[in-house]
Amino acid sequence: MSAEVVLALEHVSRTYPGGVTALDDVCLTIAEGDLLAIVGPSGSGKSTLLNIMGTLDLPTAGSVRIGGQDVATLSDRRLSALRGRRLGFVFQQFHLADGLTAAENVATGLLYAGVPRKQRRRRAAEALARVGLADRMRHQPHQLSGGEKQRVAIARALVHEPALVLADEPTGALDTANGTAVLALLLELHKENTTIAIITHDRDIAARLPRQVSMRDGRIETQVRR
Amino acid sequence: MRLSPLDVLQLGLLGLRTRKVRAALSALGISIGIATMIIVTGIPASSRQALADQLSALGTNMLRVQPTTQGDKPTPLPPESVDMVARIGPVTRIGPVTRVSAVANTHAVVRRSDLIDPNDGSGLTVLASRPDLLPAVNARIASGRFLTATTERFPTAVLGAQAATQLGYDRLRPGTPAPQVSIGNRWFTVIGILEPTPLTPDLDQSVLVGWDAAGDLLGFDGHPTVIYVQSREQSLEDVRAVLPATVNPQLPGLVQVSRPSDALVAKRATESTFGALFLGLAAVSLLVGGIGVANTMVISVLERRREIGLRRALGASRGQIRIQFLTESIALAALGGAAGTVIGVAATVGYAMLQAWPTVIPVWTMGGGIAGAVLVGIVAGVYPAIRASRLTPTDALATT
Repeated sequence: MSAEVVLALEHVSRTYPGGVTALDDVCLTIAEGDLLAIVGPSGSGKSTLLNIMGTLDLPTAGSVRIGGQDVATLSDRRLSALRGRRLGFVFQQFHLADGLTAAENVATGLLYAGVPRKQRRRRAAEALARVGLADRMRHQPHQLSGGEKQRVAIARALVHEPALVLADEPTGALDTANGTAVLALLLELHKENTTIAIITHDRDIAARLPRQVSMRDGRIETQVRR
Repeated sequence: MRLSPLDVLQLGLLGLRTRKVRAALSALGISIGIATMIIVTGIPASSRQALADQLSALGTNMLRVQPTTQGDKPTPLPPESVDMVARIGPVTRIGPVTRVSAVANTHAVVRRSDLIDPNDGSGLTVLASRPDLLPAVNARIASGRFLTATTERFPTAVLGAQAATQLGYDRLRPGTPAPQVSIGNRWFTVIGILEPTPLTPDLDQSVLVGWDAAGDLLGFDGHPTVIYVQSREQSLEDVRAVLPATVNPQLPGLVQVSRPSDALVAKRATESTFGALFLGLAAVSLLVGGIGVANTMVISVLERRREIGLRRALGASRGQIRIQFLTESIALAALGGAAGTVIGVAATVGYAMLQAWPTVIPVWTMGGGIAGAVLVGIVAGVYPAIRASRLTPTDALATT
């Protein structure tokens, strides 16, 4: 089966001013429907890899293609638009906006994709229902538990049906029970054909995913596919 | 991808909604500036309107003829001068002079009773008045009657508004015995009280007695002190030019002609010279308010780095981040401007009501107030907005 390539990194390096090389000649391809873990100890370059995959940062060498488009050729406006349409982010710290309800937070995921206001509200409600929070629509972040917050953040990452969801330590700020539940949710979303990359330092989590990419010192050490 | 105006507005208000106290405090600076601006333009404008209304009610066609004071003693006007002025007209429908009358200082002392010290006249003047004084100075009787050709021969008196208050008679009550005042060493019956006369404030502090009675009872010499002349508006300057020579053909240079309405205008003019100073003050407070908004916005950008990073991750371009923070700054300033306009208008209306003036607030100040506030918001917001947009997504998200 040759699924469509969502993201392709070709010989990507990222060197910071001062000479630190965070990524060194990394090649990685993610196909539609993949669920992979990028695992490694801190300092292995996995966060830099996530930033580059998410076009939040650009490589100093090599190329990044998203849906066949080389991101280095795009202006800030077009790159931002590409990010807003094709990528979804889940962060360790949730990054929900205070003062907005869960539904409004999720709808923000559609704001920059140019979706009309009315549709945003409807699709936000659907996304919240999908992560099991239909009854928490009007709650503000401070009224939600950590696990609920992360589920709202996942709903926000999904609401515009991105080609790829990038999750950076999604269970890192949660207790075991909530962490397990969030991971279970991600696995379930994968079954519904969402492409997901999870960055983690936790090898137990990585072991539960069908594909694992191990990082060390800015290089890909091993790739395992079950 | 473009955001709709409504979305932009909602984004701009988000920061204010979640930090209400801070927004209110930094908008306060702007609102004080705008309120000051409206007050310092509204109050003089209302005052000018009140003056214009007053002048059109009082009339601006009155002239006042007086001997100039040279050394100790003024050169008295000849007794026949009043009639000579009347001949400029003649005082008919065709001539330029429509009304002439005169008063003369009798130098007598008025007292509420003869038990009061004969030298204590309470600062009131006893004037001999011709019976046709009232229409010539546009004065009106508040209570009782004025002197007539009949009563002017008898010891009767009419009190100016302030003189009446000082002597203790606010109004005359029909059916009760008429009050009496002691003038010189004689009792005079009070037959009338005048309404205040803003154009001729000296009449307010006067007790008016008949021309003939003054001559018979108070030893008055018949020389008028002030001649009041009303003329047709268009020939006022011509009349003014010929008055000195008419009044005192021998010594026209010692006659002073003035226009009481000019004095009122001049008085108000000095009041409003402070206007420019206060307008400068308003500009300074607006500037300080603007700096407050800029300061708040810079802090807001520093605090919200993670939000900025997240929005970038969700697809916001630099321009969209910029417009969000610029809108927030403008909204903050406009909020202050609106509050300031309300405060300024309320204060102006309140002050005008207190002074019994009509309220006039120039439209340009109201529009200019809001526009000025928005301008301040733009200027104050540009730097923080650019700073927010320059933040790289990775740096912004890495903020702890």
